[in-house]
Amino acid sequence: MQALWLSVRLAASAAAILLLIGMPLAYWLAQSKWRGKFLLESVVALPLVLPPTVLGFFLLVAMGANGPIGKLWVALFGHTLAFTFLGLVVASVLYSLPFAVQPLVAAFESVDGRLLDAAAVLGAGRWRTFRGIILPLSVPGIITAAVLSFTHTLGEFGVVLMVGGNIPGITRTVSIDIYDHVQSLEYGAADRMAIALLLISFAVLSTIYAVNRRVWIPWPVKRGE
Amino acid sequence: MQNAGVTLAARVRFKRPLRHHASFELDVDFQVGPGITILFGASGAGKSTLLDCIAGLLKPRDARITLGQKALQDSAAGIFLSPQERNIAYLFQAPALFPHMTVEQNAGYGLAGAAEPERTAAVFYLLELFRVAHLARRKPEEISGGEAQRVALARALAPSPRAVLLDEPLKGLDAELKSSVVDDLRAWNRASRLPILYVTHQRDEVDALGERVIALDHGRIVSEGTPHSVLNAPRTKRLARVAGFENYLTAAVQELREADGIMRARLTGSGAELELPLGYAGVGDRVVVAIRAGDILLAIERPTGLSARNILEGTIDSVEVRGATVVCRVNAGAMFLVHVTPGALRALEIAAGKRVWLVIKTHSCQLVEE
Repeated sequence: MQALWLSVRLAASAAAILLLIGMPLAYWLAQSKWRGKFLLESVVALPLVLPPTVLGFFLLVAMGANGPIGKLWVALFGHTLAFTFLGLVVASVLYSLPFAVQPLVAAFESVDGRLLDAAAVLGAGRWRTFRGIILPLSVPGIITAAVLSFTHTLGEFGVVLMVGGNIPGITRTVSIDIYDHVQSLEYGAADRMAIALLLISFAVLSTIYAVNRRVWIPWPVKRGE
Repeated sequence: MQNAGVTLAARVRFKRPLRHHASFELDVDFQVGPGITILFGASGAGKSTLLDCIAGLLKPRDARITLGQKALQDSAAGIFLSPQERNIAYLFQAPALFPHMTVEQNAGYGLAGAAEPERTAAVFYLLELFRVAHLARRKPEEISGGEAQRVALARALAPSPRAVLLDEPLKGLDAELKSSVVDDLRAWNRASRLPILYVTHQRDEVDALGERVIALDHGRIVSEGTPHSVLNAPRTKRLARVAGFENYLTAAVQELREADGIMRARLTGSGAELELPLGYAGVGDRVVVAIRAGDILLAIERPTGLSARNILEGTIDSVEVRGATVVCRVNAGAMFLVHVTPGALRALEIAAGKRVWLVIKTHSCQLVEE
């Protein structure tokens, strides 16, 4: 149960941070007409194609005692970032970045450009337009981004193993735990963990699809009065 | 309270690349005084692009746009005001209401800086003026297209703009509704006396709404004046088509009679001759003549004793009834389209193969550019 709680905490932290940094990034990607935009889009999408172990290896080297981030961290806090919960959060944010950014970009881009023109002509600046028009019209996309980054982080294995190792209560997440149980032939314990993970993933995914198809409308409207 | 009203002046040159190395070029210079001015032209003539430039949604490289004393853009001086700073009302073809807000919230969106009681008062004054106040609590998806466009108009006018741009705002509304919205707009403008630029490609709107018309074609102003003068003497074939001219004939000029103000020309591919008003053409030049199908008379005997100078003999090629209008194709050397009423069709027993005479007044023939 400790591993499950750790995974949920990790996934929730990563999802929250991803929404915070993903929104401005996605807004910029959706609005910018800069020619070199594709370069940043490629960087954001990299974790989709890169093997998790490769990403994890780079992060481990960077966060380790001799890496650039690691050295800075040691100087500031007296210990390395690798093999800590915070290190896992940083790694998960990078690993799940495309799962947050891509739904957000799609949602922001699908807002009718004429609505934005109308807001501009009515005197609304960028921030007011974003907050009052783009954001409320992108709610399904924002929920999708949050849920996808949560579930994707929940099930990660390779990056966690490389960056976090296997420290109970600190870096030992569900997938590591399952792997461990299987290694030591404890199939019963692995089975319980695997089913718990499956149920959680199914529950959150079904909420996205429900929200996107508006199965339940929170505030029903009467039509054709 | 009456004031002198402001003038919107725009000189805009704007080039936009199209596919296949072609480009669209807008090059206009005009002024719009208080009241409704119609910007008329076929689709693709550059009307919406021009409005986007005036509103600041597009930034042309070379432009000087002023509203009264205020420069909205002066590329020579490096001035470009953002759409937010221009205080211009702009109504698009679609209402573009914010779907997650009520009608009241939509109408008040441009009044963010106003204090609460004034804001509500201003919103309801306009919603009532445009007869949509009873919809204040509805969402845009719960009202009709005509209602949505009225709400959009109220929203655009709420921040007390200095000029109004309307881009075919009443497209798809029936004629009665259209004229009532425009009457309301005129009533609103009686006190403010703002320049209103109204874009349309429908000639019935030009007749009904405008005091002044600017005709745009291929990014250039081709004529300017009263609705009557612009619609009845279109300068280009494309504009003539939009203005409702069905017949285009090419002819070679035979003779100029300056004293009478006319010239004679022979229709291409036939011996028939037409008397035309004098235009910028010399003997031997090829000209294009536009004639409205409704301006041609049909006779079943050779008419005599008429003032009309052009009487051409021909045969009916086909007859097609379109509602209250009957479209006859008549072969008189060239193919002519002639509109008659169903009553005339029966009285004259018009049918394919029948021999007829076409009667066309000299001044019903308009010389147009190709």
